[in-house]
Amino acid sequence: MSEKSAAIRAEALESLLVEKGLLDTARIDDVLTLYNERVGPMNGAMLVAKAWRDAHFKQQLLADGTAAIAQFSFEGGQVDKLVVVENTAEVHNVVVCTLCSCYPWAILGLPPKWYKDPAYRSRVVREPRAVLTDFGTHLPAEQEVRVWDSSAEVRYMVLPVQPKGWETLSEGELVNKITRDSMIGVEVLAEVAE
Amino acid sequence: MKNSTPTETSASQELPLPENLQPPMANGEVIFDAPWQGRIFAMAVALSEQGVFAWAEFQQSLIDAIAQFDAKAGASVEGEQYQYFDHFQLALENLLAQKGVVLNAALNEREHAFADRPHDHDHDHDHDHDHDHDHSHNHDYSHSH
Repeated sequence: MSEKSAAIRAEALESLLVEKGLLDTARIDDVLTLYNERVGPMNGAMLVAKAWRDAHFKQQLLADGTAAIAQFSFEGGQVDKLVVVENTAEVHNVVVCTLCSCYPWAILGLPPKWYKDPAYRSRVVREPRAVLTDFGTHLPAEQEVRVWDSSAEVRYMVLPVQPKGWETLSEGELVNKITRDSMIGVEVLAEVAE
Repeated sequence: MKNSTPTETSASQELPLPENLQPPMANGEVIFDAPWQGRIFAMAVALSEQGVFAWAEFQQSLIDAIAQFDAKAGASVEGEQYQYFDHFQLALENLLAQKGVVLNAALNEREHAFADRPHDHDHDHDHDHDHDHDHSHNHDYSHSH
């Protein structure tokens, strides 16, 4: 189906839903504005920065992600059951949804294209190290790699390792350095990110 | 402070998108390739928020649509060729048809009416033969619900 006909078909569906009184156009616009402008990986980055600076919050975040983020009233959905997994020197975590595209929207925004591709979805389970290498991420051989498959209910976020040299940065400075990919687990944050 | 700096927006200048629909630039990456993809996404979210279906139902429909496609072609289709939002669109249509909210026939009829508008001069010709829409480019898995 061409892009043109997909667009017309989407428009046709919207017009029928509006006619039936199930949706109004303004509501659709509002959802788009929300996900285009107000929901994104900066929320996850804020959580990571706070966890690095506040041992008590980190403990809460790892123990019960859903409860720990409730205080922030993030907009956007898909975090009803959030599990945060911590990277350490021994373990590197990476997140996938093998069946579709489950992703914690409220804290990471909408998923990137590659996350939804069959290649990533199938390969990262079979050969995570090779996939990570494709992302330019090289892990020590002795580090265990754990792959987390987002299932019907659970959404995962990775708590990356804080690079050396970042200890003196404020949470605000950190938020700008913590990347989306590091919170999916396909990137290891660099010690020198300039 | 937590979200004072928008992520990079410079790359968006290359995109032929209307000003009122800037894509999310997460790590410099575009989420929606075309405006219709954003609208289909937003329709699904809004319908679930209004209780027309539970998000879990939509998710299952999406899993089914993707699984059908993957079974036929997934291994050979990657990257640019993989049209995620085609599956998303089909999943929404299938679910609405199952629930009797928007039947496939009504959608086809409206689509054809729109396609025939004089305004759409580049009318898609492979379109007027039958009503079993091929949603997935070269792979036909039909609307069976």
